[in-house]
Amino acid sequence: MKTRYSFGGDEHIFVEVDEEMSLEAFFKSLSMTTAIRDAEIDGITEICPANASFQVKFDPDVIAPDDLLGRLKGFEAVAENAEKTIDTRIIEMPVLYNDPWTHETLMRFRERHQDPQSTDLEYAARINGYDSVESFIAAHSGAPWFVSMVGFVAGLPFTYQLVERSRQIEVPKYLRPRTDTPKQTVGYGGCFGCVYSVRGAGGYQMFGITPMPIYDPKGEQSYLKELFLFRPGDLIRFKPIDRETYDATLAEVESGRYQPKIAAAHFSLDAFNADPEGFNAKLLEALDG
Amino acid sequence: MADGAAMFEVVKPGLSTTVQDLGRPGFYHLGLPISGAMDRFALIAANRLVGNPDGAAGLEAVFLGPSLKFAADAVVAVTGATMAPKLDGVEQPGWTAFAVSAGQELSFGTLKGGARIYIAIAGGIDVPEIKGSRSTYALGGLGGFEGRALQAGDQVKFAAASGSAKLGVTVPEELRRIPPASGTVLRTMPGLYWHRITEDSQGSFFEDTWKVAPEADRIGYRFKGGKSLDFVPREPPFGAGSDPSNIVDSCYPYGSIQVPGGTEPIVLHRDAVSGGGYFMVGTVISADMDLIGQLQPHQPVRFQSIDMEGALAARREEQSRLGRLAEFLGG
Repeated sequence: MKTRYSFGGDEHIFVEVDEEMSLEAFFKSLSMTTAIRDAEIDGITEICPANASFQVKFDPDVIAPDDLLGRLKGFEAVAENAEKTIDTRIIEMPVLYNDPWTHETLMRFRERHQDPQSTDLEYAARINGYDSVESFIAAHSGAPWFVSMVGFVAGLPFTYQLVERSRQIEVPKYLRPRTDTPKQTVGYGGCFGCVYSVRGAGGYQMFGITPMPIYDPKGEQSYLKELFLFRPGDLIRFKPIDRETYDATLAEVESGRYQPKIAAAHFSLDAFNADPEGFNAKLLEALDG
Repeated sequence: MADGAAMFEVVKPGLSTTVQDLGRPGFYHLGLPISGAMDRFALIAANRLVGNPDGAAGLEAVFLGPSLKFAADAVVAVTGATMAPKLDGVEQPGWTAFAVSAGQELSFGTLKGGARIYIAIAGGIDVPEIKGSRSTYALGGLGGFEGRALQAGDQVKFAAASGSAKLGVTVPEELRRIPPASGTVLRTMPGLYWHRITEDSQGSFFEDTWKVAPEADRIGYRFKGGKSLDFVPREPPFGAGSDPSNIVDSCYPYGSIQVPGGTEPIVLHRDAVSGGGYFMVGTVISADMDLIGQLQPHQPVRFQSIDMEGALAARREEQSRLGRLAEFLGG
């Protein structure tokens, strides 16, 4: 892991903690951004954590760029020795896999896909070595996910599954991005999952849809008073649901009565690495308890 | 429309007319971009002409002006692109505060230069403030007038005026900054993933003339016509994706230049997507961001390499232009 610093024009410093994705890189980035935030450095206007990197926006009229760069580098050693733990929460997200709306959309953009003869789910299952779409969905929903970044568009979580690297799902993005993706599509590109917070363009493979809003510009949901649901460091469990449950959940959402299932959680990277399955089972218990 | 109420009705919306102020900083880490006027200097100038604070909300209209029928007397200034304002069909000077009487219709001539006009009304557009700003973020359906561009029939309120408008005063041309159709230079600090392309491509990127592509909006401006960039060979890092232009999804600075597939650079602007999986060659400096907002499709552009020292000097130059504007209007 080699950390690299670069100015992004006169108002940003870009810090790449590692070229490749890993939970170790995410935690080092998280430790650095937390320490930088706690230091309350004059002139920093925004700190944006990403998967294996982060970005600091600053006002060069308040702090000289080279001075800030020097200070940021000073947090690297601390971050390397920091405990790789986080007190967070686990959120259950109901998902109708193989739903009619993403299906209609993926058929509409088939000529932009690597494999026009299959659906996105069939393609992803096959290239990841699963013998059926069902077993692929079981793997996708079987282990929890880490929100390693929030962004692209408002409130969109990038998710990284808590499994050994050999079990990570990997899929390419569409050959050319679609111009349309249904709101609340559960998608996948590279080694990252995502949930599209709004309708719009997108290049990720589409696996299903959640009835649960995660961004609320019109202020319709009581649990979305802060506008966004997700923060980096949140945990997610995707729970497969059938059409009947989807419709019932949607009715609750539309009447403003829906409350997502959220439980407090503690994540320790060392404990996870020592026993991924046992650790995940405990995480999920918090939701089922 | 209620006579005398401080509002106007949208007769024709134009191509895309949105409420904008100086933006909504502080939520980029959750994917919510700053939004706000693409040409901030032009909005500030319009606000100062009508006696508003710099950050009051005005209208931004691109390529084609709207038609607005006023229900109450107002003071208005139009800045930015060269597009003559008209009151009941009678041409009014640009970059100048003028009075509008209740019942009059404000419309616009054709675009003669630049891309975006800014319409300030004394008192400022009165829409709800969301997360500290009245700016429209249309992609996320947030802010401005119901989270979207104006439509015919919308009734838009404005707040009480300060009474300190500079009626009849015109901002001198030497203080304005509209890119000439003959060509524009965007000063750029190479960096971010600059090392991903070959030395030859690093050279051609700055030497080539690029043209603004039709896909140019508040999210980003796309450019075409320069040579495709060649990549330094590598083993794709885990999670990045197989294309040589892919990276593990990271944050995107405002003004950053991503080049998907190495072919067409895209400069992210005020409604930027906050992150993604494409490498970036560098960042347009803050002093030149306003200029991008005034570029039309097909206009030629060159990127010019600049270091931090140069970027900070350009920043001071822009600040001094705002200072000269304040001095001019102060008298």
